Amino acid sequence: MSLTLDEVKHIAHLARLELSAEELELYRQQLSSILDHVAQLDELDTADVEPLTSVLAEQSELRVDEPGQALPLDKLLGNAPDTDRDQFKVPPILD
Amino acid sequence: MGDFTNLTLIEARDALRQGDFSSRQLTQAYLDRITAIDKGIKAYLTVLSDEVLQAADEADRRLQAGEELPLLGVPLAIKDLLTIEGVRTTCASRILENFDPAYTATAVQRLLDAGAIVLGKTNMDEFAMGSSTENSAYQTTHNPWDVERVPGGTSGGSAAAVAARLAPAALGTDTGGSVRQPASFCGVTGLKPTYGRISRYGLIAFGSSLDSVGPIGHTAEDVALLFSLMAGHDPRDATSMDKTVPDMQLTETNSIKGLRVGVPKEYFIKGIQPEVESAVRAAIAELEAQGAEIVEVSLPHTQYAVPVYYIIAPAEASANLARFDGVRYGLRVESDDYIDMFKQTRGQGFGPEVKRRIMLGTYALSAGYYDAYYGQAQKVRRLIQDDFIQAFEQVDVIATPVAPTTAFRIGEHSDDPLEMYLQDIFTLPGSLAGVPGLAFPVGFDENNLPIGMQLIGPHFGEAKLFEAAHVYQQATDWHQQQPQLNISK
Repeated sequence: MSLTLDEVKHIAHLARLELSAEELELYRQQLSSILDHVAQLDELDTADVEPLTSVLAEQSELRVDEPGQALPLDKLLGNAPDTDRDQFKVPPILD
Repeated sequence: MGDFTNLTLIEARDALRQGDFSSRQLTQAYLDRITAIDKGIKAYLTVLSDEVLQAADEADRRLQAGEELPLLGVPLAIKDLLTIEGVRTTCASRILENFDPAYTATAVQRLLDAGAIVLGKTNMDEFAMGSSTENSAYQTTHNPWDVERVPGGTSGGSAAAVAARLAPAALGTDTGGSVRQPASFCGVTGLKPTYGRISRYGLIAFGSSLDSVGPIGHTAEDVALLFSLMAGHDPRDATSMDKTVPDMQLTETNSIKGLRVGVPKEYFIKGIQPEVESAVRAAIAELEAQGAEIVEVSLPHTQYAVPVYYIIAPAEASANLARFDGVRYGLRVESDDYIDMFKQTRGQGFGPEVKRRIMLGTYALSAGYYDAYYGQAQKVRRLIQDDFIQAFEQVDVIATPVAPTTAFRIGEHSDDPLEMYLQDIFTLPGSLAGVPGLAFPVGFDENNLPIGMQLIGPHFGEAKLFEAAHVYQQATDWHQQQPQLNISK
């Protein structure tokens, strides 16, 4: 299968990735060839196969839903590129 | 001062207890070796010189006081994907260049609680995507057996550190082979545990249905000790299972008499390096000589593991890595428009392989393609798991090569992603099935490069893997071989 440049641009937009023209063309070729390889999965008749969504048969144990101790705010905010009064600061989202 | 860096983890631990040397002396010996050699290996991204010596002094005080913790005063190396509070954690990515975690990964914390101290953080493929450690944004790690070659990946820094004796043991992580393949390429022993066996709290997520924490060391005994200290339920990771952790007693008296070892014909295919096949077959013969029963088994869907994995893992990665958006941590490329800020940040912060997988995963999950790709991959994943379930009705463990070849040259596969993905052909099936796999050295090829064998067990069946590898290592000395480091100083 061969992806078009427009399809690759659309995927990059969905993935929130700014890609150069060279990257778009490179990924167009590489994703096409990877998807060709993946196409061999269609050889298998899986009509009666349940999708595997968890590798372990048993259900894992859920913890009790009680308030615990939160991580220190200053440490968490300390990694943020921009903050204002204990909040993460971002460019305007609403006009 | 003797060369303490030749000791195994358990030998070093015992020597510390007996007072043969101090934790400070042991730690200083590793730091000196790192200073002398690591510029040629590039295993470490961060060396915690001051912090680890301070911790060593504290451990020495506790040793003097007669404390007997399982790892008291023993230095370890940790893959830079596992968080340690206050220690820069990069995932070998530019996007996390200055990330200072607010908490410590449970797996690491349990080793610290057992008395271990941390030498530093090791190099890896960016966000654990790759098979060679060439995808690090900072440096390519070199294989200690031949510095022109890759150490494998993605835990290449951890495996190379152990092989070059820059740490007695290390932690890696394994999503599709990232502990086992570098362990094989570097001639050391490494475990990918059962899915859910070791907490992933503090493991920066890549593929959440696959990710695991795995120890790397010189012997099955060392790896088993680290495993048993880390394993067990953690309320902070809902996927960690509350299962009894075996108290591994590996001694000279272990026996594998009657152990049924399955050999799957699908793992001995055309294209496998002949020396790899002959070394693995010789190792299987050694297991037989030790009393194991060899049984041919079939895992008929093996060939589909690569395409299944390269849909499921990128799909999960595209979701997990959505969190890197320049808001809460890491790089931000400023823009007046918030969508543009996301795109610029991610476009500049991620390297080529990470972007490739995010693109692939986004495509596989996008409207109109979900069933054809992700849905079909999940169905075939079940067929792959069923293969293992059926095989383990006949046998106790399965023996396979770890990788089709020994360590390849730096740059050899870096232009063709699909070719690189095919390197994972023997480790991916077990990852997809969630079963444990233990890699350990079983010989060398004509270029004196290590060859590894993998023993795969059923869910929560790590104990038999350790026993079999331990019996093998009692009878052979491949795991004791050391690379002749030829590094210009």
